[in-house]
Amino acid sequence: MNLSFKFVILPTDALLWLVFLIIMGFVLFARGKMQLAAHWYQVFHRRPLTIIAAALLGVFLSISLLDSIHYRVMLPQNNNSDPNFYDAHISSVFDKIVSPLGTQTEKTYSSPLSSDPDLKNHYHILGTDKIGQDVFYVSLKSIRTGIVIGILTTLVMLPFALFLGLIAGYFQGLADDIIQYIYTTLSSIPGVLLIAASVLSMHIFIEKNPLAFPNIAERADLRLLSLCVILGITSWTTLCRLLRAEALKLREMDYVQAALSVGVRKTRIIFRHILPNVMHIIMIVIVLDFSSLVLAEAVLSYVGVGVAAETFSWGNMINSARLELAREPVVWWPLTAAFLLMFILVLSANIFADAVRDAFDPRLRKRR
Amino acid sequence: MLYIVRRIAYAIPILIGVNLITFALFFMVNSPDDMARVHLGNKYVTEQEIDNWKEERGYNEPPFYNSQSIGIERYTHTLFFEKSLSLFAFEFGISDGGRNIGSDIKQRMFPSLAIAIPILLIGLLADITVAMLMVFFRGSYVDTVGVISCVVLMSISALFYIISGQFLIGKVLQLVPISGYYDSWLGLKFVILPVIVGILSGIGSGARWYRTLFLEEINKDYVRTARAKGLSEIAVLYKHVLKNALIPILTGIVVLIPTLFMGSLLLESFFSIPGLGSYTIDAIHQQDFAIVRSMVFLGSVLYILGLVLTDIVYTVVDPRIRLS
Repeated sequence: MNLSFKFVILPTDALLWLVFLIIMGFVLFARGKMQLAAHWYQVFHRRPLTIIAAALLGVFLSISLLDSIHYRVMLPQNNNSDPNFYDAHISSVFDKIVSPLGTQTEKTYSSPLSSDPDLKNHYHILGTDKIGQDVFYVSLKSIRTGIVIGILTTLVMLPFALFLGLIAGYFQGLADDIIQYIYTTLSSIPGVLLIAASVLSMHIFIEKNPLAFPNIAERADLRLLSLCVILGITSWTTLCRLLRAEALKLREMDYVQAALSVGVRKTRIIFRHILPNVMHIIMIVIVLDFSSLVLAEAVLSYVGVGVAAETFSWGNMINSARLELAREPVVWWPLTAAFLLMFILVLSANIFADAVRDAFDPRLRKRR
Repeated sequence: MLYIVRRIAYAIPILIGVNLITFALFFMVNSPDDMARVHLGNKYVTEQEIDNWKEERGYNEPPFYNSQSIGIERYTHTLFFEKSLSLFAFEFGISDGGRNIGSDIKQRMFPSLAIAIPILLIGLLADITVAMLMVFFRGSYVDTVGVISCVVLMSISALFYIISGQFLIGKVLQLVPISGYYDSWLGLKFVILPVIVGILSGIGSGARWYRTLFLEEINKDYVRTARAKGLSEIAVLYKHVLKNALIPILTGIVVLIPTLFMGSLLLESFFSIPGLGSYTIDAIHQQDFAIVRSMVFLGSVLYILGLVLTDIVYTVVDPRIRLS
């Protein structure tokens, strides 16, 4: 079969889809379990605001998922060239759907909804930026970066926090001391500095080995992934501490003692009896962390340790647009677009997080 | 007293851990050769130039063990000893750009404090006042609107507050200068805007957090007793609830106090205040690893100091707590 394009699977694409499949699997699993389904029913029941927020999050997630299916188009063949010759530019299914947007460029700035005759007969809802790219398109493409950072960081952080936190809390003794030492040390280093130091070291590493990453898109994607890994490694300590405290409390509970006395193995106790009872903490922390990670991306890009300059991201948009406010006439639209979309994503995540916390936190449930 | 000594002794292994992490990041992952290449420009650099660069900055020694020296100097004439362990004596050395880091830090500490202390104090006052207001009107529309605006405020990027503040107040209204710093009372006009922006960007999460703290206290027995005595709601809130909520409030605050020296990275760099925050950002931009390393160490020392301080403050606030 002779396809006219070739799929390209970037690492973050694969991971994002993996997370999506895990979430879907969890939803199917939760439908069967009365207890879990009841919680989720509470999240949405009589909460129109939460439903709107969840719907918005769904839209953002679908855009980023569509934007995560990449391919390279086959170039028109010359009569004697290699038949398998693909465009170096990687485009995504999302680009195809909104297809005229990405390619309609102007020479330079144009204001939103402008119908100036100098424009090449294109219509830009949010205007164009300095190099004439459609601002609406750029800010939509940035959604993927925000979502990737918010979700993949959690994916990196979760195993560390879960494994170490439960072990420290359940086994205590030497393991507890060592794990406590590790997370006190990590959390004593100012977060931004640790991230900056790691990212700088990584930049030098990438600069040193330019041949390992042949494609610009692949290199940018690798930087995005390593940013997630670094953020994950620096941010697992909070959840780990919470889980340790909870495991410490749970191991003294009667039902755990009972399981122990009838000879259930310790690993089984952790998986069957402790893990399900800390799920609400994990759930709450994941959803709460998401919004702060999206906000952190913009700050890190400003500090100069964020995603690569080629990657579409709100941080990069803000960073390159902030000096434009000093121009006359003021160029406000790229900045506004970036802030507005970021605000919508973070606000819906926050509203959703509140609802999840209200439904899952046993202390709050009692009060109602 | 004994407790405090033990806490400080406990800090030493943590600081050694911090030291090892930074050492690994800055010297093992990337050798000094790589650093030299980055600083001298990536291509067309001769070995001789790299060696000179390392020689000038003292990076030309082996990491842990120097086989060319004799006696104790085998361990002291190494990168780890000279560049990392010397930080324990607060010997920060010379930056890669050739300036004395120690005196830079001393000089830049005060502008950082001039911004950070007002933000902390006024911010705390504002957060508690707003939270009290919401608790006073709990369950009513004031409360609901308050909570919603808190969520909205905390969903806005800190960058937005800074940029829009500079644009609106600095450029359009021209009330205060957009950025800058002047080292006396005349410099007040430079400080006002960053302080306002700093408070505003923190009020959403702050007020919401304090509101939950107060609400947790408000259904307890002592509050009911106080009301039964006939105290007004305001007296109940400020005299009883606030006092009992002090422990979690202090936990959050006291840890921050020592780190105030480090300043706010974003505020200082946007408002060009010559504090430690902008110092760090400049160092990151210039890839000056000596400065970043020193700041990491300083930051963790101050953080641990904050933890010890928190414990001590606990005993002052709540006499029931004994340190042991």
